[in-house]
Amino acid sequence: MEAYLFYLLAAVTVIGTVLAITEKHPVHAIVYLVSSFFSLAAIFFLLAAPLIAMFEVIIYAGAVMVLFMFVIMMLDVGRSGDGLRPGLRQWLPAMLLAGVILALLGMMLAHGGWPAPGAGAAATLRDFSLTLFRQHGVAIEIISLQLLFAVVGALYFGKRRGP
Amino acid sequence: MIYDPLDIALMLAKIALVFFVILTLAAYLVFAERKVLAWIQDRKGPNRVGPFGLLQPLADLIKLLTKEDFRPIGADKWLFYLAPAMAAIPAIMIFAVIPFGAPLRLFGHTVQLQVADLHVGLLLFVALSSLAVYGVALGGWASNSKYALLGSIRGLAQLLSYELSMGLSLVPVVMLARSFRLSDIVAAQAGCWFIVYQPLAFMIFLISIAAECKRIPFDLPEAEGELVAGFHTEYSGMRFGLFFVGEYLNIIALGGLAATFFLGGWHGPLLPPVVCFSVKVLAFAFLFIWIRGTLPRLRYDQLMHFGWKILTPLALLNILVTAWWLVLRG
Repeated sequence: MEAYLFYLLAAVTVIGTVLAITEKHPVHAIVYLVSSFFSLAAIFFLLAAPLIAMFEVIIYAGAVMVLFMFVIMMLDVGRSGDGLRPGLRQWLPAMLLAGVILALLGMMLAHGGWPAPGAGAAATLRDFSLTLFRQHGVAIEIISLQLLFAVVGALYFGKRRGP
Repeated sequence: MIYDPLDIALMLAKIALVFFVILTLAAYLVFAERKVLAWIQDRKGPNRVGPFGLLQPLADLIKLLTKEDFRPIGADKWLFYLAPAMAAIPAIMIFAVIPFGAPLRLFGHTVQLQVADLHVGLLLFVALSSLAVYGVALGGWASNSKYALLGSIRGLAQLLSYELSMGLSLVPVVMLARSFRLSDIVAAQAGCWFIVYQPLAFMIFLISIAAECKRIPFDLPEAEGELVAGFHTEYSGMRFGLFFVGEYLNIIALGGLAATFFLGGWHGPLLPPVVCFSVKVLAFAFLFIWIRGTLPRLRYDQLMHFGWKILTPLALLNILVTAWWLVLRG
C-alpha cells in the first residue's frame, strides 16, 4: 500500500517539476511547482516525518511560491511572449550542476543506499527540536544571523533614497 | 497493517457526518447572516420561502446551480475553473483536525470525535490556511479583468500579512500546552481556558482570523464600493457559490479553532461536550456577523500598517513575555 502511494506521489512530483520547468507561462509554472511541493510533502509524511511535511507546505508552497506569484502578478510578466526563453548559456551551468547531483545520487544508490525509516521510527517533535537546538545550536544561530543580514539588506535596498 | 472493518466504517461515518454538518451549517450561516444583518439594519430579511424564510438556502442553491456557467473572453480556462475549488477545499480540510467532542464508547471501541488526531495538527491548520491564498490569487488573475486582478493582489498581500500574526499568536498556546496536537491542547485546558492566561494572543488571533476570512473590517479583496466584487467579480452560478460557501466554511472552521485554542474546545459547564463546542462555534459566527453589521471598512494602507506595525510586534512581544513567565515559574 505504502509503496504504491510512494510511486504515485513520486511520479506526480517529478512530472510536476518537469512541467514547471518547460511551461512558458510563469503563473502556470508556479501552479505545477506547488503541486509538486504538495506531493513531496505527502512523501515526507509517508516517510514518518510529518513535521518536515508541514514545513514543506507552510514555507515552500504557502509562503515562497505565494511571494513569487505576488511579484509576477504585480509586474504582469508572462504576457511578453517568448522573449524570456533561456538560451544555452543559462541552461549549461544548471545542467552541469544537475548532472553532478544525479551522479552523486547514482553512486549512493549503487552503494546500497540507506534503509527507509519505518513507520515505527517516527521522530517526535521533542526529539527533533532537542537535536536541532542542542546539537546544532551554533549552526542555527549562524543561519539566523545570516537571515537577519538578508532582511536588513533588503530593507536598505528597498528604502527610497533622497527626495 | 491490519485494519478493523468496524474502525474503517466508523471513520467513514465520521467524515460523512462532518461533511453533512458543515455544509448545512454553511448554508444556514448565509441565511443567519442575512437575518441578523436585517435586524441590525431594522429590516425584515428573507421571509418568503418556507416558514420564516427557512428554506431560503435551498432556493439559493437551486438558483446558483441552474444559472449559466460562463467564462469571460481571454480568461485562463483551467485556472478559472479550478480556482473556486482551491478556495473551498482547504477550508473543508481544516475540519479534519478539529476535535468537536469528548471521546465516545461505541461497540466496544473508543471513538475520538475528530477525524485525524495528527501530532502536527496545529501546523496542518497553518499550512492549509496558507494554501487558501491560491484560490483568491488565481481566481482573480485568471479572470482577465482589472477589478478582479486588483482584488486578488490585495487579497494576496492581506492574507500573507495576517497569516504571520495568526501563526505567531498561536505560539504561546503551543508553549502552554507543550504540544501541537489539538486533542492535547484541549486536554490542557480542562482546568483553566487559555484565554485567561493569553487574552492578548486571543485578541490577535481573533483579529487575524477576521482578516483571513476577508470579513468586513478587512474585506478589501472584495470591497464592493471600489472593486465591484473583487477577485470573484467574473464568476457566476455555482463557481461563485463555491467561493461563497468556502468563505462561510472558513468562518466555521476558524471559529472552531479559536474555540479549540483559547476557549477550552469541548470542555464546558453543564452541557454535553458536543453541544458546548457548537455553542462556542456559533457564538464566533454571530460575533463575525455582528462586526460586519457594525464596523466600516479599513483603508488599504491602514490595514497593512495595522498588520505589520501593531499586530506582528505585539504577537512577538507576547511570545517573549510568555516564555519568560514559563521559565521563571519553572
